[in-house]
Amino acid sequence: MSKLSEVFKNKSNNVLNVYCTAGYPQLDSTLAIINTLQANGADIIELGMPYSDPLADGPVIQASSSVALANGMTIATLFKQLRELKEKKAAIILMGYMNPVLQYGFEKFCADAAAVGVDGLILPDLPEYEYETEYGAIIKKYGLDFIFLVTPETSEERVRKLDALSSGFLYAVSSSSTTGNEKDFNAVEKYLERLQSMKLKNPILVGFGIKDKTTFSAACKYANGAIIGTAYIKALEGSTNVEQTTKTFLEGILK
Amino acid sequence: MGTNVLEPVQEIGFQNPNEHGYYGSFGGAYIPEMLQRNVAELKEGYLKIMAEPSFQEEFRQLLKDYVGRPTPLFYAERLSAELNSNIYLKREDLCHTGAHKINNTIGQILLARRLGKTRIIAETGAGQHGVATATVCALKGMECIVYMGEKDIERQAPNVARMKLLGATVIPAVSGSKTLKDATNEAIRDWINNPVDTHYIIGSVVGPHPYPDMVARFQSVISEEIRTQLLEKTGSENPTHVVACVGGGSNAAGAFYHYLDELSVQLVAVEAAGHGITSGMSAATTQLGKSGVLHGSKSLVMQTEDGQVVEPHSISAGLDYPGIGPLHANLFKSGRGTFLSATDEEALEAAFHISKIEGIIPALETAHAFAALSRLNLTPNDVVVVCLSGRGDKDLATYMKAMGL
Repeated sequence: MSKLSEVFKNKSNNVLNVYCTAGYPQLDSTLAIINTLQANGADIIELGMPYSDPLADGPVIQASSSVALANGMTIATLFKQLRELKEKKAAIILMGYMNPVLQYGFEKFCADAAAVGVDGLILPDLPEYEYETEYGAIIKKYGLDFIFLVTPETSEERVRKLDALSSGFLYAVSSSSTTGNEKDFNAVEKYLERLQSMKLKNPILVGFGIKDKTTFSAACKYANGAIIGTAYIKALEGSTNVEQTTKTFLEGILK
Repeated sequence: MGTNVLEPVQEIGFQNPNEHGYYGSFGGAYIPEMLQRNVAELKEGYLKIMAEPSFQEEFRQLLKDYVGRPTPLFYAERLSAELNSNIYLKREDLCHTGAHKINNTIGQILLARRLGKTRIIAETGAGQHGVATATVCALKGMECIVYMGEKDIERQAPNVARMKLLGATVIPAVSGSKTLKDATNEAIRDWINNPVDTHYIIGSVVGPHPYPDMVARFQSVISEEIRTQLLEKTGSENPTHVVACVGGGSNAAGAFYHYLDELSVQLVAVEAAGHGITSGMSAATTQLGKSGVLHGSKSLVMQTEDGQVVEPHSISAGLDYPGIGPLHANLFKSGRGTFLSATDEEALEAAFHISKIEGIIPALETAHAFAALSRLNLTPNDVVVVCLSGRGDKDLATYMKAMGL
C-alpha cells in the first residue's frame, strides 16, 4: 500500500495537505518546514519545485517560486535535502511543471524521487494523453502515485477518466482559478457535492481558496480533506523563525 | 522520448499536426486542467467554424475591405540586380496596422464571436499584436484586455498609446522578467480565471493545440496569395526560396504554409542572433534551445540546465521570444527548413540598405530576413520570395539611435 493510501486509510476525513515552495523562504528552510509540519498535524506535505513560468499558480506562489530560484533551489538540491530527512511521518508529494522535470530526465526524476522517499507527483501541465501514452508507465514503475486535477468545469465523463488514471487522491480545484484566488466558497459547495455523489475511486482533497479554519472545515464537509498553499506562503513571507510561524499557522487551522 | 507514439508521422506531412496537435515530436497541449474546457471547446470548434461558408465570407470580406488584401507581390529590381537573382517582396507591411499580425486577429475575433465569447484577452511584446487585437475588438465592439510586460510598456510607448486609443485596457505584467513570456503567462492566468466568457487571441503559432494550427491557417492567406501572384508574374506558382524571419513564427508559417509539402521550395527561416549566437545575448531558439515545454506546447525552448526558461535578447522585440512554434521546430529537426540567423547589427544594416535601394523602410523583424539573403548563394535562375512582414515606423526610435540622430 502506498503511503498516500495509508494516510487515507487511517483518516478518512479532515486530511490536511500543506503546500510550500521548496527553497522558500530560505534555500535550507525545506527540512525545518517538513519536520514542523508533520509534527503539528499535516498529513501530506506538498513541495513545490520552483519554475520560472508557473502558469497555474497565482501571484503569491509565483513570487515564492522566484525567491526560491534566486535562493538557488533546483530539483537536484531538493532531492539532496530530502535524503537528509531523518523521520518521515507525513506523505510527501512533489508539485511542479513539466519543463524542469523533462530537463532532469523524466525517468531519472521518478527514480530519484522515489529513492528519497517521495510518495506522489502533481504535474498540472502533464495532460492525460501524454500521461497515458508515455509518462504514466514510468511513474508507476517507480511506485509513485500521480494526482490529476479536476475543476467545476470538468465534465462528469472526464472526472471519471481522471479519477481512473489518478492514484493517492484526486485534487479538486474549488473554482476555475489560479491558486490563491478567493471566490465565494458557498458557490463551490454544489460542485463538491456533485463530486461526492459520484462515488469515485480516489479520496478527494479540495484545493485553491482554502485559507483558514472556516474554509478548511467547509471543504472537509464535502471532501476527505483540503490543501492549503497560498495562505501558508503568505504566513512564511518575511518569517525569521519558520518553525514558530508554521506551528502558529497550523494551530490556526486545526485548533 | 521513449516511445514511438509521438514520433513524426510522415503521411501527414509538414502542414498539419496530428489529432493531438503534434508536428513530429513537437506540439501537443500541455495545459493545466483549468484550461481544459476552453481549449477543448476551441479544438472541437475551430475547423468546423472556419469551414462554414458564412465565416469564410466574412473573413475574406474583412481581409479585402478592412485589411487591404491581397497585399502586393513586388519585384525588387535593385535588390535583385545586387544579388544577381530575382527577389519578390510580399508586402505584408501594407496591411492595416502595418504588419501581418492582423490576418490572425481578424480570424480569431470572428471565431470568438461564433463561440459566444464577449471578452478578448491578448499578450503582446512590442505591441504589434496588441494593436492588431485592439483594432479588431474596436471593429467588433468587444472588450479588450492586453497583457504587456512592464519593461515593454516602457520601451514601446507609442504602441501602448495606440492600444489605449483603440479602447483597450493595457495591463502590465510585473512577474518574472516583465517581458513577452511573462505577459503570456499573465494572459493564460486571466483565461484560467475567466473560463466562460473570454477568448484568448494568441499572436503567434505557439501555445497549446489547436493554436499553432489555427494561427497558421489564418496566416496561410499570405502563401495562398503568393502562389496566385507568382503564377501570374513568372508562369510558376512555386518560387525556389521563401524567406521569412522567425520569433514565434507566425509570418513564416503563413508564408511557408502552402509550400510546406512542396519539397522543391526551400523554406528559409531567419532567427535573431542578437549580439551573436554564442554571446549569451541572443534569441536564436533553434541554435540555443532544447526540447521542452513552454506556454502549453512542446517545442524548442531556450533554458538553463535546470529547465528554467531564460530571457532571450534581440534588438527586435517581435523576435525576442525564448521559444518557437512547434511547426517550425519540426521543420528544423526534420531538415525541411533552412534555419539561419542575423545579428542586431546585421539587421540594422539591412534595414538601412533596403530603405535606400527599394524605398521601403522594413520592420526590424523583417530586416533579419533581408540580412540573410546574401548567405543563400542565389543564382540568376532563382526566384525568391521574402515575406516583408511589417513596416518600420514602429522602429524609428531604434533606427534614429543607430543613425546617431
